Amino acid sequence: MGGYIIRRLLSLIPVLLVVAVVVFLIIHITPGNPAMIILGEGATPEQIEELNQKLGLDKPLIAQFFIWLANIAQGDFGDSYFLGKPVLIAFLENAGPTLSLAVLAQLIGVTIALLFGIVAAKNQGRMKDDLISGTSLIGISIPSFLLGSFLIMIFAVQLKVLPVSGYAPLSQGIWEHLKYLILPAITLGTIQAALITRMTRSSLLDTLSENFIKTAKAKGVSERAILLKHTLRVAFLPILTVIGESFAGLITGAAVTESLFNIPGLGQLIVASINRRDYAVIQGAVLMITVVYVLMNLLVDLLYAVIDPRVRNSYQA
Amino acid sequence: MSESTKVLVNKPIDFKKTIKKNSRFFSNRLLLTGSILLVITTFIGVFASFLSPYEILEIDPKNRLAAPSNAHWFGTDNFGRDVFSRTMYGVRISLLIGVTVTLVASVIGLTVGLLASYYKLLDHIFMRICDGLFAFPSILLAIAIMSALGPKSINVIIALVLVFIPSIARIVRSAALVVKEKVFIEALQAQGASSFRILFLHIAPNILAPLIVQVTFVFAVTILTEASLSFLGAGIPAPLPSLGNMLYDGKLAIYNAWWMTVFPGLFIILIVLGLNLFGDGLRDHLDPKSKLSVKRRKRR
Repeated sequence: MGGYIIRRLLSLIPVLLVVAVVVFLIIHITPGNPAMIILGEGATPEQIEELNQKLGLDKPLIAQFFIWLANIAQGDFGDSYFLGKPVLIAFLENAGPTLSLAVLAQLIGVTIALLFGIVAAKNQGRMKDDLISGTSLIGISIPSFLLGSFLIMIFAVQLKVLPVSGYAPLSQGIWEHLKYLILPAITLGTIQAALITRMTRSSLLDTLSENFIKTAKAKGVSERAILLKHTLRVAFLPILTVIGESFAGLITGAAVTESLFNIPGLGQLIVASINRRDYAVIQGAVLMITVVYVLMNLLVDLLYAVIDPRVRNSYQA
Repeated sequence: MSESTKVLVNKPIDFKKTIKKNSRFFSNRLLLTGSILLVITTFIGVFASFLSPYEILEIDPKNRLAAPSNAHWFGTDNFGRDVFSRTMYGVRISLLIGVTVTLVASVIGLTVGLLASYYKLLDHIFMRICDGLFAFPSILLAIAIMSALGPKSINVIIALVLVFIPSIARIVRSAALVVKEKVFIEALQAQGASSFRILFLHIAPNILAPLIVQVTFVFAVTILTEASLSFLGAGIPAPLPSLGNMLYDGKLAIYNAWWMTVFPGLFIILIVLGLNLFGDGLRDHLDPKSKLSVKRRKRR
């Protein structure tokens, strides 16, 4: 297992290197002087000169890349001159709401998905299955912001039971906190549920056709026990992968939902930064989120190997 | 990870024989419904200018935010522009972007994937780059590229092509690796066929099935991503209607003009649902082993 972890960690190095190069190039393919772009249009010549030196813009591109990389390794993602603080600080300040939203959405998503997935698999080919499969297909066909808009129209504009948008931090009480988060969480959670339901269903159906299930049936194990004890345990592995992947995607993909509901999270930070051309923030936030995303996927991979010895062994060959 | 999933998922199936009949029927139903939706939306896209009773930029200040009526079937927006006409053109623009992105990404992805499957060195280089690009959440990468290139329609296409090449290249590569081991390829090599000939004339036609299925899904995700980009204001720039930026306008008027959100929204769902149904049905049709199951991974 130790060797497996080390090999997987080493395999991250080229991935992260490509990620770093892409993010680095994004600033450098932008026409114009990068220092001026980073500082914004109101920058004084002195500020530009200072940043030029700090970033080493007089040096060759390769050298600039390594200086930038070295700074990042020390936790220096640069400063947002618009916000007047380091990018890292701005990022961390906005991470809270996003994390809250992601956890809540994933709870909703996984609960619905496991329930529906099991019901659909149990009734394969019958009405209930068609209904669930159809609904989840619609679920993956709706963009999150559209579902969110529909929910706002129903619950906030028509019924007036929930606020349209905004955010209250946890310190204002759990109910206040949830009141603002419930609609965005349902929005994201429903779409997550659609994805995971499809995976749960297909994974269960695949497992149900295995020989050991036939054996269990022949032994006279009840259908319920077969489904919940024998099948779910094996089928859970691919489901776990989707849950892990989609959770990583949630944290990162909440941008659109946050912007719709006006939640001061990472998504909104990035969108606002695009509008004010705050490239330092865009660069830093995209880089950090992608690293988190890569690490989350690694974690799922490792968890997978812990649970399933076949996965571990396949890497030893 | 994907390989390990396959190990679990692709076990031989016999228990399924009884269900197969239903499954074929169901898959045809999926294909049929998907095709109908796609024909309708393509028709709208092609004939948008005939279907639209008004000009898309025609402003009617007296009739701002008017509810649906006989004169304006889908109502009017905050400038008094006809939402029906704009939705028809929005479908056209969304489909145009989707088709262009999918075609370009497919051609590049196919070439990259084929070359990677055949040459060891290129395989290492291309697949590391793909891994890196794949590591980005797709919307985030598109946003980052758009922020660098600036908000123009052509840049939306460039950004989305870059985002979706890796997923196609990967599918092509893994399918091509299987075909490469077949005896007929060995025979061609023995006859002295050039690598180019083998790759593009013999391997390529044999991997079309998984490629087409993947392309359908990339098409669907492209439409969704373009809509999200435009909704965030980083996509198709303003006066031109895309379904995404119409919804952006709709958000601003969500209190008093539901029609600005509902109608363009419905058409996004119709297009993407059509593509997803078509893709699911096609996969079941081409690969009976996959039954009704869905093993697609997707992020947004």
